[in-house]
Parts: sequence; structure tokens; C-alpha cells
Amino acid sequence: MAKRSSRMRSDSYSRESMRDYSPTLAYTIPYLLILLGSILPSLAFSSAMPFLPPFGFVLLIAWRIIRPGLLPMWIGLPLGAFDDLFSGQPFGSGILLWSIAMITIEFVEARWPWRGFWQDWAIYASAISTYLILALAVSGTFPTMHHLVAIAPQLLLSLLLYPIIARMVAVFDKLRLKRFKVIS
Amino acid sequence: MASSSSRRSGHSRRAQFSLFTGYVAAILGAVLGLALLGLSFWQPQWAGFMRGAASDATEPAGQTTAVTRSRGQGFIDSIQGYLRAGSQNSKLQEEIEVARIKLAESEAISQENARLRALLELEQIDDKPVVVTRLISSSATSARRYAYIGAGRSDGLEVGMPVRSSRGVVGRVLEVGSSTARILLLTDSESILPVRRAKDEVIGLAQGRGDGLLNIRLVNLGINPLEVGDMLVTSGTGGYYRPGVSVGIVSEITDEGALARLVADPASADYVAVGKIWVPEAVIAADSDPGAPFEAGPESTSEEGAATQETGQ
Repeated sequence: MAKRSSRMRSDSYSRESMRDYSPTLAYTIPYLLILLGSILPSLAFSSAMPFLPPFGFVLLIAWRIIRPGLLPMWIGLPLGAFDDLFSGQPFGSGILLWSIAMITIEFVEARWPWRGFWQDWAIYASAISTYLILALAVSGTFPTMHHLVAIAPQLLLSLLLYPIIARMVAVFDKLRLKRFKVIS
Repeated sequence: MASSSSRRSGHSRRAQFSLFTGYVAAILGAVLGLALLGLSFWQPQWAGFMRGAASDATEPAGQTTAVTRSRGQGFIDSIQGYLRAGSQNSKLQEEIEVARIKLAESEAISQENARLRALLELEQIDDKPVVVTRLISSSATSARRYAYIGAGRSDGLEVGMPVRSSRGVVGRVLEVGSSTARILLLTDSESILPVRRAKDEVIGLAQGRGDGLLNIRLVNLGINPLEVGDMLVTSGTGGYYRPGVSVGIVSEITDEGALARLVADPASADYVAVGKIWVPEAVIAADSDPGAPFEAGPESTSEEGAATQETGQ
């Protein structure tokens, strides 16, 4: 009997033999979700103040926290550049801030590897709040008190969103690792 | 739970090296981002072609959501009207609101006429909009206030053209793609618009405050003549906007002027009209040589306004 590949060993995802991950799904789902997250908020219309969470960044951080090691550390460059095309920020701000976020989380995780849901939420919260404030700082206008007051609802909404986003990412992660019948 | 131990480098040279290259690649990415950000501050419009292509590509989705948005609002409005006194009520109220704005605008126009008659030199300017289109997307996550409209270079749009809805000024075209254009909304904190009170000659500058309100700074310092409820219209200085289009209503008096609420909230506008630049010569003069003597009074300030809107990014 041929040696079974480690990828085909049985786990809770597959109770049947001859099933394997789809590489397409496994490698594209996180990126597609993050790209979609960058586009979607721009379709909502807001003329007074920012009110939607920066979904692209939110999903980036959620994937990074829930599946460490899946996204390479340099992924802030391409994904941030894509986000810049839709976010309204000066081009380059997404590349810079997303890269910094990836480096910082990697660094923090190497020093304090023990984690639970609340720590995850705390990391997410500090990442999002730092991001929103830095994004305001590099938005090309002089930040005033009014700007800070204006981003408060957006910040609060983003922070409270984590449990839902974490669940959503987990569901998509399951889909990502779904096994399909392979003919070999 | 600790994160999976396989990701800790430990004593493996290979793992240490890959972690190191990861850091190097990410830091290089951040440095590149910083450089591009610097370029964006220096030349705000350089990435415009990419943004244009991106927004052209997502235009169908934007058009769909725009239609859904206006239908949804109509639906909510009619439910509200029915709950009060039938859907007619809400329609009539809307009409009265528009009529009030129109009344204030006509006051401004008659004022304008009186001034023009005094000048005697009259010139007919074609006032038909270049194109009527929808607002398809906006910067809903950023602190800056931009929007995209579903018309671009192929419809004859140019940078600087004023955008208005049926109620009043919405913003100004900032970048033009092939089928979409990026506009700077009035509420953005880099948008400065010369305004005057509809009923007389009190002039000022309306600048977005970043939270949806307009900050009105009066040009002539002294006793603040503004009152809550005053209608502000474009003054026409700067050359971009036709004079007498409604901009905002004063909602609070401040030391240097007032705070105003927008008359034309773009979020509730079905369609917007893009017009021609009112006096292109004035815009060219203001852009080409800001130091040049440019006649008296308000123009000197509007130059600043026009220049800021031009580079505002």
C-alpha cells in the first residue's frame, strides 16, 4: 500500500478516503476576501464622515490572528496598494501601514506567543485603533479634534466587530480547507 | 494556546533565515510604502491613473448600489409619508424644501442681476450641464471625503468642473478616468469654496471641517453679521462655480464666522450634474501665477481657495 501523504491523513474534515484540499481554494480565499473587503466599503455612500470599518484591514488582521503563518509578512505591500486604490487615502499609506501592522504583529507574537480569544481581540483592537489614527495622520489633511471625533463611531464599530469577523474568517477557513474527491 | 511551534525558528538555520528574509521583505515593503506616500504628498495626482482604472473596473457595482440606494431611500420615504399622512405628505414636504432653497437662490440671483446691471457689460454663458450622472462610490472608510461619479473623460469631463445636485453644490472634479471621475466633496477638510450670504454681500470661505459640517470664515473681519438660518450661496469668485448656487445653511455662530450644514447632502442625491467651469480664464490665471496681482479684494482669497482645492489631496 502506497504511503499516504501527510496532507491526506484523516482528520475531522474528511471521513472519507481519496479526498484532498483544493490548492486553489486553500491559497486564494484569504486574499480574495481581503481584496473584496477593500472594495466593498467604497460602494456605500458617505458624505459627512467615515462610518464603515476599513474591512480590508480588518480582514487582514483577522486572518493574521486566526491563521498565523498563512499570510507572508510582506503581503502588506500588494494588498495595501490595492486598498489604496479604493480607500481615498494618498497612494502609499496602505502599503506603509499594512506592512507596519504585519511586522508589528509578527514581532509581538514572537515575544508573547500565548494567546486566547481575549488576547486576540486586544491585539486586533490595538491594531485597528492605531491604524485608524495613523491613517488620519497621513491622509493629507491637517488632523484636528473634529477629525478625531468624526472617526470615533467608525472606531467603535470596528472594535465591536471582532467576534463576528473572527467567526466569519473561521467559516471561510473551513471552506478553504474543504476536501474534494481526487482521482489519482 | 501558544501559536504553533513550527513557526518559531529555534536553532534551525533555515527557519531563522526564512524568518529573517520575511522581516527584510516586509520592511522593504514598508519603506517602499513610505516613499510612495511621500510622492503622493508631493504630487497628489500621480496615482490617479491607477485609481481611475480601479474605479472604472468597479463602476457596474457602483451603479447598481447607487440605484439600490436611491430606490431604498424612496421606499423608506414613502413608508414614512404613509405613517404620517399618506405618501403625498412627504412628497409635498420635499417640494416645499426645494422651493425654499430655490427662493433663497433666486434672491441671490436677483442680487447678482442688480450687480451685473450696474456693470453693464453682460455676457451670456452657456449654463447647460456637461453630463448628468450618479454618485457611484465614496471613501467611506477614510477621513478624507471623496466620491466617484459614473461619467469620465469619454463624457467630456475635465478636472476642476463643478458638480451639483438638484439642491446645491456637491463638489468639484479632481481626477478623471475614462468612464468615472473622482470628486472632492464640499465636506472634505481640504475643500475651500468662496461663498456669500444669499441676501446681501457678506462674503466668506466655506471649508469642510472633517465631520460633515462646513466652517465659514468671513473675509471681512469685524462684527459678525451672520445669523442662524442664513442661506449661503456660491459667490463665483475663483472662477469654478456659477454664482448663486446654494451651499449651506448657518447652524451655529462662531468667533470667526459660523458653522453651516450642507444643503445638498450628496448621500441623498439621486443624480448629480457636472457643469462647465464658470470662468476658465480666472481659474487659469489663479493657477498659473498665484503671485500675480489679480484685481482687488475677494479674488486674492479665492486664489488661495482655488489653489488649495487644486492641490488638495
